[in-house]
Amino acid sequence: MAQKKLILVEERREEERRVDFVEIEKSTRFKQFLMRKRKFLVPMTVFFLIFYFTLPVLTSYTTFLNTPAIGDISWVWLFSFSQFVMVWVLSAIYVKKANSFDKEADEIINDYLN
Amino acid sequence: MDLTVIILFLAIVSLTLVITYYAAKQTKSTGDFYTAGGGLTGWQNGLAIAGDYLSAASFLGIAGMIALQGFDGFFYSIGFLIAYLVVLFLVAEPLRNLGKYTLADMINSRFDARKVRGAAALSTITIVLFYMIAQLVGAGALIQLLFDIPYWVAVLLVGVMMTIYVLFGGMLATSWVQITKAVLLMAGMIIMSFMVLMKFNFNIGAMFTEVKTATSHGEAYLNPGIKYTNPLGTLSLMLALVLGTAGLPHILMRFFTVKDAKTARKSVITATWAIGIFYILILFLGMGAAIFVGESEILAANPGGNMAAPLLAEAIGGNILFAIIAAVAFATILAVVAGLVLSGASAFAHDIYGQIIKKGKITERQQMLAARYAALGVSVLSIILSLGAQYLNVAFLVSLAFCIAASANLPVILYTVYWKKFNTNGAVWALLGGLFSALILVSMSPSVFSPVEGAALFVGKPLFPLDNPALVSVPVGFIAGYLGTIFSKEYDYNRFAEVSVRAHTGYRESK
Repeated sequence: MAQKKLILVEERREEERRVDFVEIEKSTRFKQFLMRKRKFLVPMTVFFLIFYFTLPVLTSYTTFLNTPAIGDISWVWLFSFSQFVMVWVLSAIYVKKANSFDKEADEIINDYLN
Repeated sequence: MDLTVIILFLAIVSLTLVITYYAAKQTKSTGDFYTAGGGLTGWQNGLAIAGDYLSAASFLGIAGMIALQGFDGFFYSIGFLIAYLVVLFLVAEPLRNLGKYTLADMINSRFDARKVRGAAALSTITIVLFYMIAQLVGAGALIQLLFDIPYWVAVLLVGVMMTIYVLFGGMLATSWVQITKAVLLMAGMIIMSFMVLMKFNFNIGAMFTEVKTATSHGEAYLNPGIKYTNPLGTLSLMLALVLGTAGLPHILMRFFTVKDAKTARKSVITATWAIGIFYILILFLGMGAAIFVGESEILAANPGGNMAAPLLAEAIGGNILFAIIAAVAFATILAVVAGLVLSGASAFAHDIYGQIIKKGKITERQQMLAARYAALGVSVLSIILSLGAQYLNVAFLVSLAFCIAASANLPVILYTVYWKKFNTNGAVWALLGGLFSALILVSMSPSVFSPVEGAALFVGKPLFPLDNPALVSVPVGFIAGYLGTIFSKEYDYNRFAEVSVRAHTGYRESK
């Protein structure tokens, strides 16, 4: 029993030694993977931050959002509701994209280990 | 006190105690205690995040702000929700892939330095204590109003309950209290919104028309600008709200309770739906209170507007609905403070005692004991502080907690995962720079110094013009991290490679 445990520990050590993170990080495949991730995350993040800050900037420095849009509901409310819609739409897009990234990440690791 | 109120109140207390009893039987290891063994599903964790996040300040505070100040109260709703995009896109998955129990674990996956862990623990503990005092003082005042008992009894009641959950049931009990609360709160919100909208035949436009003449603000009620008249102040607040969530220790800790990044992602999605729907419904509650309760009655019950939602319940649903909403508000407070105790305890017991003092050489039994002592210590300390802070206006502490989280924690999290050159020195500078710039600027702000007696802690002229310093302190956190990094020659590419591969692929040896 004790011997079996020891072997398991040995095996794990071996595996740890085997994983050379520098090699993975430097591989073109991983670099391209990160690039694709960045190309998705950066524009999206910039977009939602700008969309978000447009609201307080417009309400602080202008008053044109106060004009009525539907009945007594003015544009500022519609713009605010669109922020909620944006959160749900972007998070759905993110999940879809992230699932494909998961696949790619698993492939990179599995190919490396085998 | 009404009999229905007492019965519902006791029902909630016993339900949470039953949860704690079952959770306690399953809490055997330190991992169970801090992170429920990482065994929650995406759904469960998503609801627990919502339960942890939607505090009494959200439920009662925002409803009151919308009732009294119209559109300006809605700003909080928007900021609090968009914040989850930052969490989802940039923080949740790398955090899950790198961390174990605490934020410091995640940062220390790249830097072994004890000073980094110490700085991260310091900022965690500061945030937790501020947030906790705000919650407990608010809770005391609220329960005093709802159940007609003295302030100190109310604070002790909440304090003892939260200590029991955390001490015996750990993260599992805390999570299930949060899930239960999230479901109760959402159900209460849906019932009340339905009843309000029914009065207008489900015509939202008609409600807007009605509210125009319901308050002393007249048509201005529907436009921004009643509460926030200083443009830079508004932007600063919005910045703290959107970036702060991704650095709040009790929210970050929730991502360690799931098994992998994919589940962490699922939980954020569930949370954004629950939280988003909540913040839309709160609008109906706020406007409903303005119309059916009326400004003067809301102000008479509590000048901050905190009683708007319970009073609306009474106005449209009588005593029973009032009792339900009061009980839900109580559950809300319990769930949030329990989460806070746990994240504070993990910083004390795991980071400071286990890793810094004992250098990680600590047995499982000692760890568990330390965790429980720390939970007890954090609880007792915050109860004592809250008992002393009864007459202070502590509302600004919540936005201060968000501000520290955005200025100290977020820069370090982002740099650790995404910046190759980042080093130990940079991490310490970013954490301390963000933390102290936020603290110092707030201590000179109008929240602390006001020329009008009683409006703030001290009488005097504020040296810093903004209530919330995020507009200055967030850039300070990022710049300090940058400067700290370039002023030090240390550069460890190998560690970065490891962190980057682990963060982006979720690779772990045990797989």
